[in-house]
Amino acid sequence: MEDCLAKKMEITVSEAEKRTGRNAMNIQETYTAYLIETRAVESQIEGQCAPVESLWRRYSEFELLRNYLSVTYPHIVVPPLPEKRADFVWHKLSADNMDPDFVERRRIGLENFLLRVASHPVLCQDKIFYAFLMKEGGWKEMVNETGFQLKADSRLKALNATFRVKNPDKRFTELKHYSDELQSVISHLLRVRARVADRLYGVYKVHGNYGRVFSEWSAIEKEMGDGLQSAGHHMDVYAASIDDILEEEEHYADQLKEYLFYAEALRAVCRKHELMQYDLEMAAQDLTSKKQQCEELATGTVRTFSLKGMTSKLFGQETPEQREAKIKVLEEQIREGEEQLKSKNLEGRDFVKSAWADIERFKEQKNHDLKEALISYAVMQISMCKKGIQVWTNAKECFSKM
Amino acid sequence: DTSLAEVNSFSPSVPISPSSMINQYKFEDGPELRDLFITVDDPESHITAIETFITYRVVTKTTRGEFDSSEYEVRRRYQDFLWLKSRLEEAHPTLIIPPLPEKFIMKGMVERFSDEFIETRRKALHKFLNRIADHPTLTFNEDFKIFLTAQAWELSSHKKQGPGLLSRMGQTVRAVASSVRGAVKNRPEMFTEMNNYMETFSQKINLLDKIAHRIYKEERDYFNEMKEYGPIHTLWSASEEDIADSLKGIASCIDRCCRATEKRMAGLSEHLLPILHEYVLYSEILMGVLKRRDQIQGELDSKVDALANKKTEKDQFSEEIGRLEDKVEHANNALKADWDRWKQNMQWDMRSTFTNVAENNLRYYEE
Repeated sequence: MEDCLAKKMEITVSEAEKRTGRNAMNIQETYTAYLIETRAVESQIEGQCAPVESLWRRYSEFELLRNYLSVTYPHIVVPPLPEKRADFVWHKLSADNMDPDFVERRRIGLENFLLRVASHPVLCQDKIFYAFLMKEGGWKEMVNETGFQLKADSRLKALNATFRVKNPDKRFTELKHYSDELQSVISHLLRVRARVADRLYGVYKVHGNYGRVFSEWSAIEKEMGDGLQSAGHHMDVYAASIDDILEEEEHYADQLKEYLFYAEALRAVCRKHELMQYDLEMAAQDLTSKKQQCEELATGTVRTFSLKGMTSKLFGQETPEQREAKIKVLEEQIREGEEQLKSKNLEGRDFVKSAWADIERFKEQKNHDLKEALISYAVMQISMCKKGIQVWTNAKECFSKM
Repeated sequence: DTSLAEVNSFSPSVPISPSSMINQYKFEDGPELRDLFITVDDPESHITAIETFITYRVVTKTTRGEFDSSEYEVRRRYQDFLWLKSRLEEAHPTLIIPPLPEKFIMKGMVERFSDEFIETRRKALHKFLNRIADHPTLTFNEDFKIFLTAQAWELSSHKKQGPGLLSRMGQTVRAVASSVRGAVKNRPEMFTEMNNYMETFSQKINLLDKIAHRIYKEERDYFNEMKEYGPIHTLWSASEEDIADSLKGIASCIDRCCRATEKRMAGLSEHLLPILHEYVLYSEILMGVLKRRDQIQGELDSKVDALANKKTEKDQFSEEIGRLEDKVEHANNALKADWDRWKQNMQWDMRSTFTNVAENNLRYYEE
């Protein structure tokens, strides 16, 4: 990561703003725009503050950027975007895209995305990415001019399509298996976590009712009054504390979600390999059959049944000139095919090599990030318990004075 | 204290820890002064041609002279407890008789003979007898003594002697009718205050009871979700190498949280919920006691009014009035003394119960 962009430049997504405008179909719509601010790091060392450059982008432009990157660098595990719609919500958060909490978390997610791309040794050097950060107007046209959409293989998008690949690289098969498992386990975990959070919220909030009733009760008591009243106050504190606790947990959930989506990026690389391997095998098969055809025509023996053979038998043999012409065409095709096969093989090997390098990089990043996330989750739980201890110690004191 | 230890050994379901013993036996005068120890345990079901019912073993140990022996063991059924309560109410209409567990709880849809229901009832019956034993007046009641000591056939023959339930009901109906009108006008200030207090208290204690049940339910739901949460981490650790240990660590912590939650729930259902429920019943009883006091006063007042209207037969009336005045005074004093006592107990109970809840929560978070 010696020369990556993240080291040279500070990147933040600092604000989010609601906008209205007309979309491609000339229909009025509301959307959120995000402010991207960048500042060169180098000049700061000299004691000067470099000027902050900024521009506004909306989510769909981020999506365009990511699509471009996925197509242009198919061997790279491209960082994922934060979710389009709020998933795994528990009852407190709304699933509304305009909800301020959701927008805030998305802002953080988008910033995280940019930082990940900027710290990737290959991706950070991409000109379109740089333009995304710096060039407000005309960026979309610039992207479209690269013609990346033509390179996009629609087969990659077809999720259900399976390719009968005879000799895939075993590592990729294992990796695909792993990415499936990762996806399923994280989504299960997030679902249960959301339910647990919901229930925990319930437990804490009902204690708030104690506060109210204690306070009303204390009004009719003489000796018990003070104790009850102050204990009630602590119950209110307890009930209110859950809001902050669960908000912190949302950040943890977001960290897990990133890797849930990363699993898809991982799978995309595996599928690309599968596709390449498939094309390779198909090309090899095609070449073999052409060679066979050529041989048959040259020697006049028909080893395999073919419709052409039958028709020629029925409607008369070809003239030797016709046969010669056919053989020439086939030989040309065979030559081309051999060239293609060679280059495909090379491509395939290169792909495997560079993809695997990035996968190793990704694995390290994943292990590091997830470990940190798990640790911070544990720390969160400890702090929640500490708060609980404090509240109930206070409450106990009040009760004992009743 | 060896006698305590002996009593404990009779009822295996009574926990041995000191703080819970204090909850079981309220030592108002200090353990050294107690001379009557009662336990209720060993529920047994009896099936006859007509009905099925449960009896409980009631063991009494005492050093009191008026008891012929120092140890008694009898079996009693719920009906017997009902009988005792009504006898006590009759003999001491303005004393606060402790509550009995309800006959049958509809809302919980608990089977009449489910283990949970029987255990809850047993604990409440145990509490009932002990509260009577602790009461300075009620503890010397003759029917109470018979309840604790008589064999089954002795008890049934004794029961038949007292005024029948029906005649008592008749009294109550008449009394209620009279109490509606006149009682309020001559009521001493003190009892009006008590009435107001009880109305608010009853409201609040009912609310607290509901809240506590709600908390229990929420905790149970939380526990159910948590049970699933831990194993997911273990499952995940199977696909990982580097972070497998961290994941397994988290899984085991979550499981420990689950167990701690279970303990917290048990604490609630053993201590807080029964006490709140008992005081819900107490608030009803106290409203009843206040009404009865009003009735007695009402009797006096109506006789005084009658005297004012009929100048003749003064002597007869004045004797009756004198008697009634005594009765009213006696009733008032009894209630006042008992009220103070009850309030002190209530305070003590609430304090210890909520402190106990706080301690349980502390333990939960510490774990």
